[in-house]
Amino acid sequence: MKLISKLAIAASLVTALSSAGSAQDLNGLTIGFSQIGSESGWRAAETSVTKQQATERGVDLKFADAQQKQENQIKAIRGFIAQGVAAILVAPVVATGWEEVLGEAKEAEIPVILLDRGVDAPEDLYLTSVASDQVKEGRVAGQWLVDTVKDKACKVVELQGTVGSSPAINRKQGFEEGIAGHANLTITRSQTGDFTRSKGKEVMEGFLKAENGGKDICALYAHNDDMAVGAIQAIRDAGLKPGSDMLVVSIDAVPDIFTAIAAGEANATVELTPNMAGPAFDVLAAYLKDGTVPDKFIITESKLYTATDDPQGEYERRKGLGY
Amino acid sequence: MIRRFLGRLANPQVGALVGVLLINWLLFPNFFRVTWQDGRLFGSLIDVLNRGAPVAILAVGMVGVIATKGVDLSVGAVMAVAGAVAATLVVAGYPAPVAVVVALAVGFACGLWNGFLVAVLDIQPIVATLVLMVAGRGIAQLITEGFIVTFTDPVLIFIGTGSFLGLPMAAVIALVLMVLVTLLVRRTAIGLFIEAVGINRRAASLAGIRSRMLLMLVYALSGLCAAVAGIIVAGDIRGADANNAGLWLELDAILAVVIGGTSLLGGRFSVPLAVVGALIIQAMNTGILVSGFPPEFNLIVKAGMIFIILMIQSPFAVRLLPPGLLRRAASRGTEK
Amino acid sequence: MVPAGSTLAGTPIESALRRHGQEGRLDGDRLALEARGITKVFGNHVALDAVDFGLRAGEVHALLGENGAGKSTLIKILTGAYQPDGGMVLADGVPISLESPQQAQAHGIGTVYQEVNLLPNRSVAENLFLGHQPTRFGLIDRRRMERDSRAILARYGLGIDPSSELGAHSVAVQQIVAIARAVELSGKVLILDEPTASLDRNEVERLFEIIAGLKSSGLAIVFITHFLDQVFAIADRATILRNGRLIETRALDDLTRTDVVRLMLGKDVAFSGATKLEESRPLGEVLAEFRGYGRKRSVHPFDLTVHKGEVIGVAGLLGSGRTEMARIMFGADVADEGTVTVAGAAVAITRPTDAIARGFGFCPEDRKAEGIFGELSVRENIVIALQGKLGWFSALNRDEQLEIAGKFGEAMDIRAASLDMPVKLLSGGNQQKVILSRWLATDPAFLILDEPTRGIDVGAHAEIVRTINRLRDEGLALVVISSEIDEVVAYSSRIVVMRDRELVAELNGENINPGVIVQAIANHREASPA
Repeated sequence: MKLISKLAIAASLVTALSSAGSAQDLNGLTIGFSQIGSESGWRAAETSVTKQQATERGVDLKFADAQQKQENQIKAIRGFIAQGVAAILVAPVVATGWEEVLGEAKEAEIPVILLDRGVDAPEDLYLTSVASDQVKEGRVAGQWLVDTVKDKACKVVELQGTVGSSPAINRKQGFEEGIAGHANLTITRSQTGDFTRSKGKEVMEGFLKAENGGKDICALYAHNDDMAVGAIQAIRDAGLKPGSDMLVVSIDAVPDIFTAIAAGEANATVELTPNMAGPAFDVLAAYLKDGTVPDKFIITESKLYTATDDPQGEYERRKGLGY
Repeated sequence: MIRRFLGRLANPQVGALVGVLLINWLLFPNFFRVTWQDGRLFGSLIDVLNRGAPVAILAVGMVGVIATKGVDLSVGAVMAVAGAVAATLVVAGYPAPVAVVVALAVGFACGLWNGFLVAVLDIQPIVATLVLMVAGRGIAQLITEGFIVTFTDPVLIFIGTGSFLGLPMAAVIALVLMVLVTLLVRRTAIGLFIEAVGINRRAASLAGIRSRMLLMLVYALSGLCAAVAGIIVAGDIRGADANNAGLWLELDAILAVVIGGTSLLGGRFSVPLAVVGALIIQAMNTGILVSGFPPEFNLIVKAGMIFIILMIQSPFAVRLLPPGLLRRAASRGTEK
Repeated sequence: MVPAGSTLAGTPIESALRRHGQEGRLDGDRLALEARGITKVFGNHVALDAVDFGLRAGEVHALLGENGAGKSTLIKILTGAYQPDGGMVLADGVPISLESPQQAQAHGIGTVYQEVNLLPNRSVAENLFLGHQPTRFGLIDRRRMERDSRAILARYGLGIDPSSELGAHSVAVQQIVAIARAVELSGKVLILDEPTASLDRNEVERLFEIIAGLKSSGLAIVFITHFLDQVFAIADRATILRNGRLIETRALDDLTRTDVVRLMLGKDVAFSGATKLEESRPLGEVLAEFRGYGRKRSVHPFDLTVHKGEVIGVAGLLGSGRTEMARIMFGADVADEGTVTVAGAAVAITRPTDAIARGFGFCPEDRKAEGIFGELSVRENIVIALQGKLGWFSALNRDEQLEIAGKFGEAMDIRAASLDMPVKLLSGGNQQKVILSRWLATDPAFLILDEPTRGIDVGAHAEIVRTINRLRDEGLALVVISSEIDEVVAYSSRIVVMRDRELVAELNGENINPGVIVQAIANHREASPA
């Protein structure tokens, strides 16, 4: 019962997201997918969306969970090559050390598509890579804030991701680009919340104390939704109304942030789509059909969601995906 | 009586805590400002108590383990397991008290398992508890099926975020646990036996102390404390985050115990000073948050402060100071 | 057992070993290694007091003495582990400096310890060549290493595969590999520190064949053991130390076993006539009876009946099984044979708590490792066994602890600035009194004391002997192990003698005198009471 409803929701999402058209071209093919693991809700959603996409197109998807280990991924890819799959999808756990195994795939004439992350390997070793643009995600969030506050002076506090991680660096850079040239917007505090709810809440508590009980803060920008969800609780505990006393914008578009948007406690989120496989399957179908070589880097859409985008409906659509 | 109490407060740990708080005050003048808001105290000092509570609770359990010359690396993972159990049960419709009791029982059982490996199978504690450190988080992920299990149960949320007499519930629970465990070890012979086993297990055996039961007890207590901390952390964010709940907190707990003056070689221990150690760590964390340093400096600042605190406590530093000053305080700190 | 050199004459081992022979071999007077007037002081304890020691090429020289005699200090100086405070070491008549074990090795001095200190998880060949592996182009030449190893092993009569893991072989084989390594690396002097302690009889014989072969090839060998039989079987001369002083260096042909024991324990033969003059008191009722009580590889089954109000002295050399006997009586080790009855009822004593529940107490030989809790206070050290008996939840509060500790501390005359000071700051004698007080606080019926007077000052010594007598008069049963024969004679109502892990004699009445005890320890027929 639960599974069927999950499938139905996923299928409807897929129809909404996929560009349709070449779906039947992959019908009956076997494709391998080496996933990193299930370290986050987003990753779990990516796995389930990929499986749904495959089912939708009649693809026989061979799924391998690498449990965060590159050697497991290499093993899985060699296994796929040995089985003679039609194509391989890889979400690489690290950037380096792929030349050899990708070379083996190339030799076997099996196209490889990278999902979500890039690798440090010659570009001819893979067909394309499908990923989001993290800088763009930050820029979209910044642009939303610029459009929302207009000319009003606004102090922004920032909850960064894990120090040194690429999403933290890029989303920070993108947001700064987005608000550049608007002197009324200033980032007054920026600290790491390690991408987790509890750290997001703890760090926000510190910000609130440091900025006059939060009265001086006009907006919160969080590098992911989980930290925003934690911070919203801290804002509420400090006696302020998140979403109205203080604007809240974050990135990822996980289900829980839509609940907060629906309740008026968060204002906007930028989607990091878990559907990397859809575009991958599309270009693969074209490539297999008439050899159309796709762009080397395919960027997924960074869609902005606000209270006007049916947050409750978005929540319902996503909650079964494994976030 | 009062003099004796004040005398006990004059020790390097309390000194270090006061020092860290004063540094915070210099960096952030409103650090000591506490206001009354919505029926609870509100301020950075209260944050230190509230945020320090999980590690303080872990330290209350960990200090007994370390005093027996052991260590419990699994507490962070056990937190995740307990939080996952409590959250999934309330989401499945069980009443909160049932969820809490089951989560505590699971934590206790995890501790007993560690104790069994250490006391009966004689596996080195660091290896024995590593098993659950690795497996525990996996078990928690299985329970939550990889989701952050969010809940709206008011009782669980109250445990994590409520307040009692204006103080954060987490801090109140930590305080109560500290007092209970202190009474348990000091009003019975358990504390003496723990120290005896930690200092010289062979001599303890020849003196008629059954070290197995004792080891099972301290590890079980550590597991129980970890479960309490896990429930608090889950209640705090209204959800069980199997990936991140309690992540690396075992290291903070060990550090708190060490700052509290208990040697990793076992022996003399103090439950209250381990709690003070946890507060020192949290005071640094909160200080970093309100000071506005760039986050890249967090770890360096923290490591530097810890280095200084441990140096002040080291036998080397005690020798440098005028005789009778810190030395007297130091010996008083460990004397029971 | 093996007359020096003879059984190996003409064997491959003998001829192979011959290459170690120095020219002018068996030159009886040339000293391969000599120590002159060696003095070593630790704190205010003189471990070695102007000791001379001469080692000839081609001899097996036994180094004898009880614990604390200075044997291991001397060995550590000869192997460069310790630096002497006075005196000098000469090799072939030339003074040498031994500032590290590596230097000792360079001077041809190799050592093999009781616990084989090689790497059990590496191959035999690697162990033989560790740190000296043959190399080729800067890499270890494994093939040459194994070929050379095979040749070396053959010389020692070992047909084992050099590439096999060392740990897979018996202790005896490992011991021989260790010897082979020491001889290969050093080749002039071989020091064997209790090499036979964990070997069985056949393995000992095999080892002796090898020692004899090495000796006939001109190696100078120092042999340390607690087994007198082995000394007489293999050694040519013996040096006897006692309390850090050189007592005697003599050819063993000129010595009887009794002489050796007498010299080790410091008993004058004239003393042996002195019988204990004390009216024999009637024995009290039986407290405990051990029948056929023993533990494999530890102590042979023995019978012992313990009466109230008596002190049973246990005499024997170190390693004779006396400590092992005490440990199984107390349940510190589990007896695998025999029965014990306490107050007429058969009981099982498989751990110390069983024994303590029957009113037993035990002061172990190694005070620091098994007796005291160094960082705990004197008070806590005294009450801990009583508290153990009371359990977790009947805690003695601080005042009760102070009262108990004060009472027993005073009775034992413990000299401590405060009952709250850490016991590790006390002198050895006071620590021993603390441990005795610990058991007295449990109101015991039977105390087992293993070397209660070792290494403590004269005052504490007298106090402890006084206490032993007082407790006996109060009706306690005591078993006291001691190397001090005078002392044992003074307080024992009965003496049992241990030798080679066996209870070999029980002495009563006029047989309680040092002469008889020494003879019993030394295995002379007349020692057995008629």
